[in-house]
Formats: sequence, C-alpha cells, structure tokens
Amino acid sequence: MTLLFYLAGAVAIIATFAVIVQTNIVHALLYLILSLLAVAVIFYVLGAPFAAVLEAIVYAGAILVLFLFVIMMLNLGQHTRDQERGWLARPMFLGPGVMSALLLGQLLNVLSQVDQDMTVTRVGVMEVSALLFGPYVLAVELASILLLAGLVSAYHLAKK
Amino acid sequence: MESIPVEHGFILAGILFCLGLIGVLTRRNIVFVLMSLEIMLNASGLAFIVAAARWGHAEGQVMFLMILTLAAAEVAVGLGLIIQMFRRYQTVDINVLSEMKG
Repeated sequence: MTLLFYLAGAVAIIATFAVIVQTNIVHALLYLILSLLAVAVIFYVLGAPFAAVLEAIVYAGAILVLFLFVIMMLNLGQHTRDQERGWLARPMFLGPGVMSALLLGQLLNVLSQVDQDMTVTRVGVMEVSALLFGPYVLAVELASILLLAGLVSAYHLAKK
Repeated sequence: MESIPVEHGFILAGILFCLGLIGVLTRRNIVFVLMSLEIMLNASGLAFIVAAARWGHAEGQVMFLMILTLAAAEVAVGLGLIIQMFRRYQTVDINVLSEMKG
C-alpha cells in the first residue's frame, strides 16, 4: 500500500505537469482526468474510501464532462492549437516557475520540521455521514444553497 | 496497518498546488486557467484528507466535501462566463478583457 501511495503520487505529479504544458486542450483535459484518478487512489490508500469515490464521480466524472461540453460548444480547432503554441513560449514559464519554486521551498522547509509517521486508520462512509447529518447539517444545507445559486447563475450567464 | 510519513502527503499536496499556480500564472487560454484552478482546489482537498488520515478524524473528509461543492459551483459559474465571453469576443484569450477601462 505504501508503494501504491508513491506510485499514484508520481502519476499525479507527471499528469498535472502535462496539463500545464499541453497545447491541445482535449489532451490536457484527459491528463487532468488521469491526475484526479491518481489522487482518488491516494485517498483510498490514506483510508478515505468515501472521498475517493466522490473524487472519481464528481471531479473526474461530472466536472470534467462539463469542461468537455464547453470545449465542444466553443469548437476550438486547429487554429487555437497553433495560437496556444505561440503563447506558450519557454521564457513565459521562467517568472511563475521561479516564484512557485520559492513558495514550494518555503513549504518544504516548514514541513521538514514535521517528522511523524502516520498509521492509516480507515474512516468509512458511516462516520462521515454521521458527522454530515449530525453537527455539520447546517454546512450541508448551506452547500446545497451554494449549488443552487451556482445552477441559477450558470443558467443565467450562459443563455443568450 | 502500514505507515506513510505524514509530510510526504503534505509535500505531494504542495507540489500539486504549485503546479496549478504555475498554470494560472502562465496560461492565456481561459479554459486552461480554470483547469489550473481546479488543480489548486483539488490539492487543498488532498491536504485536508492527509490531515484527516494523520489524526484519524472524519472532519477532514467533511471539509473535502465542502471543497468539492465549492469547486462544482465555481466551475459552473466559470464555464458560463467563458461561454458569454466567447460569444462577445470570439476568443478565449484573457488579454482581450484587459481593455475594460474607465
């Protein structure tokens, strides 16, 4: 299982890197699906099967299908790919890359002081659901209102 | 069961977050920017799940669910805005929106 964690982590990092350097938008979307599925595997290894299933269904299923529909609607063809290739010059990555590397270095510096092994305890659907419909029921209701607001505004924004 | 160093999980979340940040700062295609935002939100959710696994609580998963809801609502509104932008300007280049002055 420990090996599975590192394997899925490597797949997630490589696929995410492929997303941000890809010029073909559909290929980037497929790499993003691969990355999200790898993260779902990590969730399962870390003892969160409910979160893993939701990651696969909601992220890799629903959200990315939404992206796919929009890309199909916009009909971004060959000329966008050439345009994208022109935009994505190598020097463009220099500034953001250096700044993000600095941020990551700081994070690693902080995290290097944490040195604990975690023994993975499996937290199943029942415990999460008991919390969701117990102390956090208000948060669930607010989330449902947020989704309703998102639905209404997406309908309003996308219509002619 | 097996044991994984907790900082490795956080380091993975940090790397994914930074990759998403590079994507947001570098890309000019607005669909890619939205995809990079999804990567960043997903990385923060991963950090919550790692913390939940470290302390053996279910609260981290509850927080992940909230992040998932937020990401779904955000992407619906964002894609609606992209469709509207494409209708007006016939492009996905975010630089054309910089003329919003005065």
